[in-house]
Amino acid sequence: MALLEIENLSVSFQTSGGMFRAVHDISLTCDQGEILSIVGESGSGKSVAMLALMGLLPWTASVEAKRLAFQGNDLRAMGPRARRKVIGREMAMIFQEPMSSLNPCFTVGFQLGESLRKHLGLGRKERREKAIELLKQVGIPAPEKRLNVFPHQLSGGMSQRVMIAMALACDPKLLIADEPTTALDVTIQAQILELLVDLQKKKDMALILITHDMGVVAETAERVQVQYAGEKVEEQHVKDLFADPHHPYTAALLAALPERATDKRLPAIPGVVPGQYDRPEGCLFSPRCRYADDLCRRSVKRQGPEFGGALCNYPLVNGRPTGKEEANAMDDVTS
Amino acid sequence: MALEESISEEAAEELARNETPARRSGLSEFWYYFSENRGAVAGLVVFALLVLVAILAPLLAPHDPNIQFDNAQLLPPAWTSGGEWRFFLGTDAVGRDIFSRLIYGSRFSLFIGIVVVAIALLGGVTVGLIAGYVRGWLDTLIMRIMDVILAFPSLLLALVLVAVLGPGLVNAMIAIAIVLQPHFVRLTRAAVIGEIDREYVISARVAGASPFYLMTRTLLPNCLGPVIVQAALSFSNAILDAAALGFLGMGAQPPTPEWGTMLAESREFILKAWWAVTFPGLAILVTVLAINLMGDGLRDALDPKLKRS
Amino acid sequence: MLQFILRRIAVLVPTFIGVSLIAFSFIRLLPGDPVILMAGEHGMTPAQHAAAMHALGLDKSLPLQYLDYLGGVLTGDFGSSVVTKRPVIDEFFSRFPATLELSICAMILAVGIGIPAGMLAAIKRGSVLEQGIMGTALIGYSMPIFWWGPLLIILFSGILGWTPVSGRISLMYYFPTPTGFMLIDSLLSGQEGAFTSALSHLVLPAIVLATIPLAVIARQTRSAMLEVLGEDYVRTARAKGMPPRRVVGIHALRNAMIPVVTTIGLQVGVLMAGAILTETIFSWPGIGKWMVDSVFRRDYPVIQGGLLIIAIIIMLVNLAVDVLYGFINPRIRHT
Repeated sequence: MALLEIENLSVSFQTSGGMFRAVHDISLTCDQGEILSIVGESGSGKSVAMLALMGLLPWTASVEAKRLAFQGNDLRAMGPRARRKVIGREMAMIFQEPMSSLNPCFTVGFQLGESLRKHLGLGRKERREKAIELLKQVGIPAPEKRLNVFPHQLSGGMSQRVMIAMALACDPKLLIADEPTTALDVTIQAQILELLVDLQKKKDMALILITHDMGVVAETAERVQVQYAGEKVEEQHVKDLFADPHHPYTAALLAALPERATDKRLPAIPGVVPGQYDRPEGCLFSPRCRYADDLCRRSVKRQGPEFGGALCNYPLVNGRPTGKEEANAMDDVTS
Repeated sequence: MALEESISEEAAEELARNETPARRSGLSEFWYYFSENRGAVAGLVVFALLVLVAILAPLLAPHDPNIQFDNAQLLPPAWTSGGEWRFFLGTDAVGRDIFSRLIYGSRFSLFIGIVVVAIALLGGVTVGLIAGYVRGWLDTLIMRIMDVILAFPSLLLALVLVAVLGPGLVNAMIAIAIVLQPHFVRLTRAAVIGEIDREYVISARVAGASPFYLMTRTLLPNCLGPVIVQAALSFSNAILDAAALGFLGMGAQPPTPEWGTMLAESREFILKAWWAVTFPGLAILVTVLAINLMGDGLRDALDPKLKRS
Repeated sequence: MLQFILRRIAVLVPTFIGVSLIAFSFIRLLPGDPVILMAGEHGMTPAQHAAAMHALGLDKSLPLQYLDYLGGVLTGDFGSSVVTKRPVIDEFFSRFPATLELSICAMILAVGIGIPAGMLAAIKRGSVLEQGIMGTALIGYSMPIFWWGPLLIILFSGILGWTPVSGRISLMYYFPTPTGFMLIDSLLSGQEGAFTSALSHLVLPAIVLATIPLAVIARQTRSAMLEVLGEDYVRTARAKGMPPRRVVGIHALRNAMIPVVTTIGLQVGVLMAGAILTETIFSWPGIGKWMVDSVFRRDYPVIQGGLLIIAIIIMLVNLAVDVLYGFINPRIRHT
């Protein structure tokens, strides 16, 4: 049994223009001690899916799923009180903007101690000791002094370290990191990633790393799931994915990495992720896909595990679309 | 998404606003947001009715507001026992028809609101534009003076000003305009300071626009949003303060059928003739409420920060 | 923090000079000769007139006159009433407790009901409850209180006979007033029924005076809460598994209070304006009624002195609010 099992998760938002489906039939599993990375552009629904898991979406969102289980217990069957015992304790999350994610009106010590009191019931003195230990763990120098500091007195990197310390306060089994380094300076990014991976190994917890940066994926993840416009388009082990991406979107993302550039100009993916009003028929990626044909604009099918479950009519193998000839041949026969 | 695009897009929008088709779409967009707020539309309808009543007062009022009917003092409203149908809302202590006086009173309230807001807005926006554009010691001086005016409670300052100028509606209006005007100065100045370093202003400056052109044509239209909302607020404040001064005997003088003055005249009969107190006040409340509802709708439609959410 | 307070005080100095200049020029703006105005109907010989001018220092140059006036104000000399011949400052202090008692009670009502109502409206966004609260607040905000007072008198004094119409306490009771607060003094006097009488006199004026501040505070609290509830740190608190009560009541409220405290401070001016009307309606012997009476009696030194004292009080309250603001906003406290 996997630590986390999500099956056919869909999230829709009520908007003034009607219902908008931000996440569509996403499935994923994550085992203890594993690093899973979810990759995709802005607007691909990566964060929304994880926020739905944590129960942090606003009331305008409606969440549907076939299964949403943590340690074998269905989260949806729990009452809010029982669910809050899991959230923040067994399952923690850190966010993209560390500076605004800490409450500006309370000290670091207060915000750390809060979880310790709620979930572990520690007393004042124990809380202080544990908080110092946590801050030390995330590499904050002079932790005793930092307890009485307010968030605006911390740098972005320091704030993210405090966020990590807070998330780890109750030794969670699963940590979800939602673009934890996007808002930080490049030099700090590497440090924070290193810290996350290091702590993940030490505590043997599962880590779900949401990112749009393929470079981050290459350095950290074991398994990668690629999302596009709210749908899962491919899932592979990181080495295989980098060696042989099956979905044209993954291939395009990889081609956009500067390290992999073969040309003088960096290849970009034309267009943007479709929004609420411009969703195409068939394959959602078809308007931006160089291999798309009429079939793609009508419908799309999910491939088997041999193609990383790619959501593509003509999954790539070694950079070339397959199955196109047969489909064309079939077309010839029928026409 | 595409944050770096939005700024230039906005700048382009600002530039496009000077052309008529874009302005019309801006207006229809405004109406779209305004009409989404049902309260605001209700306020607008009530306000429009009030304007009609004020204009058509001589046709609508059953009696002359100042005629004193003999043997008809303090008659209750028509539907209560002792009431007469020719005095729909009853009569006051000297036998004048309250309904007719209320209808004529709407003229005073609207007139007060329009004149006071016009004075405060024109003066405040001009001073605020200059302060925000020129900055330096002049700005400091202007803002300190506004601080001083704001240090007094508005009604107290108006009361004292009227004590100096002498009681009466015109003096009350001048006093209220002086008291309301600093809000316009502050808002306009803040908006100008916020806009003056934006690309479209710099481009106009580079293109050789004169300071007067910059202030009136480039900056002013883009600072109007908060000023319009403040104008609605001030409109209702002006009506309330003028009525309050009338109530204290320092505003419009009897026998003017001004609503606040009517309240003051009937105060001593408060426990004997509830109608003489109730209806003028209700008229003030409905008017002010309608304007404030409109003000809230204006704010929702004009405040881009709230619009996005 | 000390620097912050000192800076605030420094800003007050020019405002104080401006306020005193306005009060100073007030008598000189009056049409006609102030000495003749004050003398009233009694005639005056030119010699008497000159003597009076000299006694009042009106024969000096205007700047000198202002310095004299400022010197007097700074030593607590605000001139004397023309009607009672008593110093303005004494008259003020004999009436101030009545206004203070009324204002404090009104403020307790406004804050005690306004903040919970605004919070409730923000939490129940989009509900009938929110519309009810905000509709009521808008009516309160639009209320002509010089009508609202009489209306309550008609209902509670006229029809129901529950409350008296005017004054601070029934004439049956007489006792020393060491504190000037009728509620406290009536308790100290030990006379039976005195406290109830004082309270029943206070209830209606306090409600009337509280109406507009209450509405403003409720509206401001709601909008501040709505803004804060969308902040990242509120999401963080929920991600830590904090119960909704704590998320709203501690994490969100603490931040929402920052703008609300400013609003509450601004209501002091509104209270003073309201006191003028409320005290006139209920014959409450405070400084609002004092000012109105003085305007009718053309007691110019009292109008001048009262105007200045009230402005100084408002400035001092605003200073106190600024300091309080610094205390509840860590970003100002620690810079």
